[in-house]
Amino acid sequence: MSLIDSISLPRRLRLPRVDGLIQWIVPLTIIAIWQVASVTGFVPSRVLPAPSDVLLAGWKLLVSGELVRNIWVSFWRASIGFLIGGSIGFAFGLANGLSQLSAKLTDTTLQMVRNVPHLALIPLVILWFGIDESAKLFLVALGVFFPIYLNTLHGIRTVDPQLIEMGRIYGMTDGELFHRVIFPGALPSIFVGIRFALGIMWLTLIVAETIAASSGLGYMAMQAREFMLIDVVVLSILIYALLGKLADSASRVLERATLSWHPAFQKR
Amino acid sequence: MQTALRTSLPETELASRAGFAPHARVVREERQGERQARSSGLPLSIRGLRKSFGSNEVLRGIDLHIPAGQFVAIVGKSGCGKSTLLRLIAGLDKIDAGSISFGQNTQPEDIRVMFQEPRLLPWARVLSNVEVGLGRDRASGDAHTRAEKALTEVGLADKRDQWPSVLSGGQKQRVALARALVSRPRVLAFDEPLGALDALTRISMQRLLERVWRDQGFTAILVTHDVAEAVALADRVLVIDEGRIAHDVTINAARPRERGSAELASLEGSILSNLLSAEDRT
Repeated sequence: MSLIDSISLPRRLRLPRVDGLIQWIVPLTIIAIWQVASVTGFVPSRVLPAPSDVLLAGWKLLVSGELVRNIWVSFWRASIGFLIGGSIGFAFGLANGLSQLSAKLTDTTLQMVRNVPHLALIPLVILWFGIDESAKLFLVALGVFFPIYLNTLHGIRTVDPQLIEMGRIYGMTDGELFHRVIFPGALPSIFVGIRFALGIMWLTLIVAETIAASSGLGYMAMQAREFMLIDVVVLSILIYALLGKLADSASRVLERATLSWHPAFQKR
Repeated sequence: MQTALRTSLPETELASRAGFAPHARVVREERQGERQARSSGLPLSIRGLRKSFGSNEVLRGIDLHIPAGQFVAIVGKSGCGKSTLLRLIAGLDKIDAGSISFGQNTQPEDIRVMFQEPRLLPWARVLSNVEVGLGRDRASGDAHTRAEKALTEVGLADKRDQWPSVLSGGQKQRVALARALVSRPRVLAFDEPLGALDALTRISMQRLLERVWRDQGFTAILVTHDVAEAVALADRVLVIDEGRIAHDVTINAARPRERGSAELASLEGSILSNLLSAEDRT
């Protein structure tokens, strides 16, 4: 008790704004050290350009409109692919979690497909779709499908059977039982799936765009490599980091909003 | 019925004499409502009830009649079939042979169960958890009001907007009781509802159970391993042994009962020795 008090007390006293800034101390320090190392010539600019040069390159691309266009293309591919793969994964997770028949019918097949690394399909996908949008969407959707499928299925299977019995006793219809008991019970697990899927979404997209694309962030980085524009290459990598962070934060906000009942998400 | 009439008289008289005529009427109406509630319990007849799980015969022919509104406690060593009997009464498991009848057609809302675990939905606020108990009336307009009333009955009106995770064990169990009560059940089955509570919370919950039973007049069936609890609460204690009713003890002690009184203690002693002698035989 006293230990818990001593932990939670300073947290309450601390200003929330300062709390939000703390997480940025480490990345900003790294950038500062990097800048100093580049300016003093400790790191040659052929190996790693100074952060200021990267910013400058970013500014030039921003002015020319190239950066926004490429980010938008990548963002669009990522979200559409995520939506398609995510909804199919969610649908299969629901079906196989709720129906024994459906699980018997499809689960083995899905588990077999899951064990094929989806990036190994790239040559096949290029043969099928060329380097069209559909190729990237297909790969992202395939990559996103499995974490969401597996975690939705797991979430539904592990809903407390005592709660389900309670719902039945209190006369809930199947629909009510689903939206009042099963779905909210599976939600924490579904969110785990979503966060895994977001990671896989960026990974797949970057690989797909660097191998076969004519636009997007990955394409921008590959173009820059051809012209030895190392500052643009580094810029693309940093933007990936920021976009990844953004996606993760978005899922956290969603998690906080929908799982506020969960002790782990309650504000002290 | 008779006693309710008699006790209601002096109060109404006093009130009208003091010039609170409208108030007196309110009092009388409430009494009326209470009397209707009192007669709301359902009688229960069990004939030749049998139940086995695989080759294990858990209930070997139970014959039992419970009059409407009686508070019956079922005790027995673990594995004697007392919980199975309760689950059959509540309609949670299928009967192998025999019958259970309530004397008339029942609605699902008429029979409610309270378990050892509160079984609250962690993602629903306390009030919505109570509303779950309304069954098919959940969507009706007065759902909120009825749920609030039930919460007030268990003394948790101020917790209506809390998440279950912030409540104590006793409070969770009181919410579960409110959920069971909100549909005004006519039979309420308790499966060791106080088993997981500490001694003090247990006693206050026992008082609460007794109070709501007296107020609402449902037929109460309490499965417990605590003979003292059975003796303190019930009109009648059934001892179950090897799937049969071994003893049927009527407790005539006046209510409210004083815990630890000599009368209750001797009853408890005799029931315990019954249980223990059954233990010795096996």
